[in-house]
Amino acid sequence: MTDKPLTFQGLILKLHEYWSQQGCVILQPYDVEVGAGTLNPATVLRALGPKPWRVAYVQPSRRPADGRYGENPNRLHQHHQYQIILKPNPENLQELYLGSLKAIGIDPMLHDIRFVEDDWENPTVGAWGLGWEVWCDGMEITQYTYFQQVGGLDVSPVAGELTIGLERLSLYLQDKDSVYDLQFNDDFTYGDVFLANEQQFSAFELDVADVATFKRQFEDMERMVPEILNSRGRQGQQLVLPAYDHVLKASHLFNIMDARGAIAVAERQSYIGRIRDLCKKCAEAYVAQQTEAA
Amino acid sequence: MPQLLLELFSEEIPARMQAQAARDLERMARDKLAAEGFLPEALKTFAGPRRLTLVAEGVPVAQADRHEEVKGPKVGAPEQALEGFLRKNGLAREQLIERDGVYFAHLHRHGRATPQIVAEIVESIVRTFPWPKSMVSGTSKLRWVRPLKRILCVFDREVVPFEIEGIRSGDVTEGHRFMGSGQPFQARDFDEYQDGLARTFVVLDAEERKERIMDAARTLCFARNFELVEDEGLLDEVAGLAEWPTPVMGDMDPAFLDLPPEVIRTSMRVHQRYFAVRDPATGFLVPHFVTVANIEAKDGGATIAKGNAKVLSARLNDARFFWNEDLSKTLESRLEKLKGVTFHAKLGTMFDRVERITALARDLAPFVRPDGITTQKAEQAARLAKADLVSGMVGEFPELQGIMGGYYAEKEGLDPEVVDAIRLHYRPQGPSDAVPVSSVAATVALADKLDTLVSFFNIGEKPTGSKDPFALRRSALGVIRILLQTRTRLPLRKFASDDLLAFFADRLKVLLREQGQRHDLVDAVFALGDDDLVRIVSRVDHLDRFLATEDGKNLLAGYKRAVNILRAEEKKGPLPAGEPTDMAGAPPEESGLINAVGHAEIELGKALDREDFEAAMRELAALRASVDAFFDKVLVNSDVSAERDNRLRLLVKVRDAMGRVADFSQVTG
Repeated sequence: MTDKPLTFQGLILKLHEYWSQQGCVILQPYDVEVGAGTLNPATVLRALGPKPWRVAYVQPSRRPADGRYGENPNRLHQHHQYQIILKPNPENLQELYLGSLKAIGIDPMLHDIRFVEDDWENPTVGAWGLGWEVWCDGMEITQYTYFQQVGGLDVSPVAGELTIGLERLSLYLQDKDSVYDLQFNDDFTYGDVFLANEQQFSAFELDVADVATFKRQFEDMERMVPEILNSRGRQGQQLVLPAYDHVLKASHLFNIMDARGAIAVAERQSYIGRIRDLCKKCAEAYVAQQTEAA
Repeated sequence: MPQLLLELFSEEIPARMQAQAARDLERMARDKLAAEGFLPEALKTFAGPRRLTLVAEGVPVAQADRHEEVKGPKVGAPEQALEGFLRKNGLAREQLIERDGVYFAHLHRHGRATPQIVAEIVESIVRTFPWPKSMVSGTSKLRWVRPLKRILCVFDREVVPFEIEGIRSGDVTEGHRFMGSGQPFQARDFDEYQDGLARTFVVLDAEERKERIMDAARTLCFARNFELVEDEGLLDEVAGLAEWPTPVMGDMDPAFLDLPPEVIRTSMRVHQRYFAVRDPATGFLVPHFVTVANIEAKDGGATIAKGNAKVLSARLNDARFFWNEDLSKTLESRLEKLKGVTFHAKLGTMFDRVERITALARDLAPFVRPDGITTQKAEQAARLAKADLVSGMVGEFPELQGIMGGYYAEKEGLDPEVVDAIRLHYRPQGPSDAVPVSSVAATVALADKLDTLVSFFNIGEKPTGSKDPFALRRSALGVIRILLQTRTRLPLRKFASDDLLAFFADRLKVLLREQGQRHDLVDAVFALGDDDLVRIVSRVDHLDRFLATEDGKNLLAGYKRAVNILRAEEKKGPLPAGEPTDMAGAPPEESGLINAVGHAEIELGKALDREDFEAAMRELAALRASVDAFFDKVLVNSDVSAERDNRLRLLVKVRDAMGRVADFSQVTG
């Protein structure tokens, strides 16, 4: 590790610089609420179809159920994932990844880096893959996955996905116990930037949000996805991208209802299934579009 | 003779799959080599985090020429059949030989060069390897457990040339990911290969990796007067996670020692793959752990120890949060939540199951111990036994079910027998697991397992072949072991259907066979319709001992002889009914047997009534001389029909008398 550890934004900038050198598009965060970087269309949709793709981006990820009113040192209603997609995954993806660790100051001759089996799946988007959790001194710092299916469809070529929890990695690099004590840059802490958000959104999502409204909105989204897919754009194409936005909105609305404790155990699977079906429709339309274009 | 060396080098193979992969590689290579006529002098495989390796010694440079005669179609068979046969074997019609109306072909196959065959074998192994889960990567079509990077394949110090989905075979591999030089190295035989790996910090053999871990971990502990808490399963796993496994000791905040030791150990093992460390004098955990790193770090492991300690603290903080939260609620108050937990789609919720187990415990308790207090405590324990399933800790560590319930019950100040029953009711969980023997715990453990068995049998979910998704065999074995060990006289039929009863009989047979007993005797005893396992096993025991004696063996022979005669007679018509009589002029051996069997019948009845199987066997033994003498001197099939009928009646009486002890016709040998 370097003498002065990277700040939170320093870490992001280093990763941007490194992955930019690997030919990645450095994308800005997607502007619809998502629960994980994977859900960003730059991953879920771009992983489908035959076209190559390389991207890296930070994705603020909202997990309403994890909100702790800003009172827990590492549980957040919104954390930040650094997401990298290389499609097709190059043969040396592991080496590229280890190179990124060196770039942010993790020396593999000083730290114990290991690849521990972890098969990733995300049932709401019908996606799964094989890979590992990457451990650094016993801490999971990265989810490393070779996608096999997305939206219930086999993928070819295969994309390699790297997901890094930025707060957790930063806690490690800065040797801090609370996210709020992280240096965001030299002058501001993470708490300066995000504590108020955590306090207010936790209260809203856990205690205040009106379930009836969210339920109604969920049903609206569910109805709109096929309607949007049935419409055509000026060039005669299906409007897959806007349709998928509405899947994301449905997913986030579900997460809030879940955080409010409004989803019974028996209903859960059914909600997840409904979102997956919507996602599958978009995935199929997207693949058809890509294959046509190619 | 030449040597074959193969290495399949990939990205990190899941630890849990490595040992089986080494076995599969060995089996496939052996079978495929044998199919080509090769029987290597020695064949060994290795598996590690990044490589599967095979070395075969004594493989000849080429196959021997083979001569064989192949049978073709019959002379006069349809033309297509003949043409097909010729085409398949690459022959012309004049090469066929006709013998006994059938065409034969003599094939002379020239042995092929070994490298050519090895190339085919490796390709077939790679393409059909039975990984539990496999994947594709990039644009390749090749399925492997994780991306396959290189194939090293040398025979007799030469590269065996081939290419599989763009991966070209070679004589090159690489060492440790970080500690190796980073440069691939060449290996033309197993010695060079092993040297190269040793130089680049890779321990090839899983057993050696385990030894390395245990030696170093014990040394670390010993130096500080501690003792490693050994854990075979964990050792297997960590030995599959590092090519150069290097134990490092780290510190834990001693404040966490107020958590139950099972929680600390499970958190260490499940989340972090750490070994726990204890004080050899007291057996209590000490605030340290051993992690197994993959490098010898340049700072001696200080950074690694510090980092791991920090992670463990976060984990144990979570655990403490669950512990405190869980203690703020009684088990009773958790029952409501069980209504929201589905046990099985056709068997209702966990709460439904609790109600069934509670009712069963109430019915079973009087058989385990006929006092009201056992029934009352068993009911209470059964009702609370599953409540910990909805606690935070068990949600996090499902393997602590029961154990946590026990802690929570204890903290609530419940009766110690109730606490024990909650803690132990999942036992025995395997053949080597201890059986709960105190009456309350045994009752609840029985109720838990019987409910599982009865419920799944009711919905037709019986185990078939190797499929037993609900571990019903284990449950049945648990019931049997508890009943036998606590000597509980349970009329199983009151609780189990005929199907389930037969299932118990099967499991009992397996158990007795494992204990080295004859299992055919179980059938012989079960055939009597008894459903009290304690009595059944006692009868089987005594019968087994009896049949091992001279008297037993001879009596069994006599019995079989009698039954054979009766069976033959039964084919001709119904056997004569009634009692045999001591006819005037009958040989003394006939009269003797009538007396003996008459006496035995009465005495057997008395002995069996008091379940004195020892005495029953003595009565049988006493019968032996008379049976032997009878068959020796008396001809059953007399010309005089009255004599014959009388003797048949006598044999029926012998068979029936013996039949009260066991169905001897089911005894083999």
